[in-house]
Amino acid sequence: MTTGLLIVQILNGLQFGILLFLVAAGLTLVFGVMDFINLAHGVQYMLGAYLAVTFVSLTGSFVLGLVLALAAALAFGLALEFLVFRHLYERDHLDQVLATFGLILLLNQGVKIIWGAAPLSVPLPEFLSGNVPLLDGILYPTYRFALIGAGLGVALLLWFVVDRTRTGMLLRAGASNAPMVSALGVDIRKLFMIVFAFGTMLAGFAGAMAAPILSVEPGMGDTVLILAFVVIVIGGIGSIRGAFVAALIVGLVDTLGRSFMNDLLRLFMSAPSARATGAALSSMLIYLLMAVVLFVRPEGLLPSRGRT
Amino acid sequence: MTLKFATTLKSTLSLSAGIVALSLSGAQAQEPLKIGVVAVLTGPAAALGQQVRDGFQLAVDKNGGKLGGVPVQITVIDDELKPDVAVGKVRSFVEGGKVDFVVGPVFSNILGAIAKPVLDSGAFLISPNAGPSTLAGKGCHQNFFVTSYQNDQVHEVLGKYAQDQGYKKAYIIAPNYQAGKDSLAGFKNHFKGEVIDEVYVPLSSLDFSAELAKIASAKPDVVFAFLPGGLGVNFVKQWSQAGLQGKIPFLSAFTVDESTLPAQQDAAVGLFGGMTWAPNMDNPQSKKFVADYEAAFKIVPGSYAMQAYDAALLIDSAVKAAGGTGDKDKLRAAIKKADFTSLRGKFKFNTNGYPIQDFYLVKVAKRPDGKFQTEIAQKVFTDYADPHAKDCALK
Repeated sequence: MTTGLLIVQILNGLQFGILLFLVAAGLTLVFGVMDFINLAHGVQYMLGAYLAVTFVSLTGSFVLGLVLALAAALAFGLALEFLVFRHLYERDHLDQVLATFGLILLLNQGVKIIWGAAPLSVPLPEFLSGNVPLLDGILYPTYRFALIGAGLGVALLLWFVVDRTRTGMLLRAGASNAPMVSALGVDIRKLFMIVFAFGTMLAGFAGAMAAPILSVEPGMGDTVLILAFVVIVIGGIGSIRGAFVAALIVGLVDTLGRSFMNDLLRLFMSAPSARATGAALSSMLIYLLMAVVLFVRPEGLLPSRGRT
Repeated sequence: MTLKFATTLKSTLSLSAGIVALSLSGAQAQEPLKIGVVAVLTGPAAALGQQVRDGFQLAVDKNGGKLGGVPVQITVIDDELKPDVAVGKVRSFVEGGKVDFVVGPVFSNILGAIAKPVLDSGAFLISPNAGPSTLAGKGCHQNFFVTSYQNDQVHEVLGKYAQDQGYKKAYIIAPNYQAGKDSLAGFKNHFKGEVIDEVYVPLSSLDFSAELAKIASAKPDVVFAFLPGGLGVNFVKQWSQAGLQGKIPFLSAFTVDESTLPAQQDAAVGLFGGMTWAPNMDNPQSKKFVADYEAAFKIVPGSYAMQAYDAALLIDSAVKAAGGTGDKDKLRAAIKKADFTSLRGKFKFNTNGYPIQDFYLVKVAKRPDGKFQTEIAQKVFTDYADPHAKDCALK
């Protein structure tokens, strides 16, 4: 293990964290503002990836395809809100979990009927397909830097909208006391609809951005959903800042665990048992982290101000 | 609304999860052959199950809806890649003893679950893909046959090739479950060089940057990967994006094949796999099969479809030779003869019902029409039998 490799792995960890933040941002927004458990967030992410596949191949341009996919994801979010979600706001969490779990089954099956069961992919955009030499002769894909840029962009945008605009103020007010905001003459339903559609679009954006590096297949959102929940639980439910910090921590812990756990354990035990323990331990690390955070700070690292 | 929604949901579910029966015989006087095709048709692995279902169906269709001159009634059963679900559906299908053949499944854990109920019912079980060691040795059964291979053999092909090439340092990687451990063990059976790192990743891995950075920094002579399905798509795309394609030889099992190539595309070109067949196999029956399959399903068939097609040809030859399915002993003897023209050319059964056949190193290539397929690079094993057959009591 060299310092060079360590630096590259830290970069890898941050980059994976940013990817997780992209997925978790929409989930924590909907959860925090609307107090709504949306298990369908993962399939919305999947849908974003599939829409990117279709629009990128139709237009032949990654950027144009991405924009169209986002527009379609937004429209889909509005339709979902109108058909399903607005009937669930007043119901308890269990009903929401049941209904959105149903959506997972429905959409996983739906994309299989439309796009087929075989994995698909989106080609890397031409101008981002190169790579940058780092230390140790390791090449770093340019697209990963674009991914980091996109994640930071989304973080900034969310911070600006939530903390600095009038809509954001209403959102925060709605998060702490929805009936009061409604009584003051604000159309809280419309606000929720916008938040929800925007959350769907964020999920779609994450899916579309992940499509060039990951396999686009039915069920691809399910693994991501679990990671996204880990992130928002660690960060503090509903908190964008919390999600950002937690995503970076989870990305770093997971990547560094996978990279160096074996070498670390080999100091204490034989190679085969270090391998077995290392593989098991490194895949558990982020869940252990979550358990510790829940024990020490049950409200998460950076809970949103409107709650608790 | 919720109630209504739930009801719709339920009916959709039962529709998708239910058993779809396809009757091809129509109103025939002759008692049709009753065949169940068990394959995974939901979830991420559904692409493999569809190849098995479609490959088998294609052979039957090309035969005028008959096998061995007898009309065929096929029941397709979705095992959902869940052993408990598979057992339930298969058991209710074979109960009553009227089923002649069960063809399936794709995955070994499902085979382990359904083998007993199927074989207990007296039906013949023909696996078009799964070839676990458990049913090849002591656990072999006179009515169980495999038209694919014994699982270990595919991984051994790459280990043998790496050894023959004289590679000294190998980096090997697989998912952290039993099949992953078996795979790397199979590779090491023949590879005698140094294994500089043996890595087990979670089955749900998405981002392989950490592993790829380690590979780039360790600079091994060769990388061997067993990363089936979506894992392989993720790994291969990221491998190419990290600039490793063409720099370090990449050997793999079930990582680059016709089921994943539509997603991996150019990123996979030049990578190696191991198989008993490839779509460019140079014989007339295979060429016709590939052309027919592509015309019918618009995708390049993989080994899954090929093995299911061969399973249908096997049934066809045996039923014809035995003059029907009335005499089970005669039928069994006819199956063991394997008197059909396999798509891979040479094919015969060992005493344990597993094939003895040739294995090839295959290489991913882009065809002139823009589609991707594996192509035979060189023969690695000739008439290769699995080592478990000696533990099987059958003659």
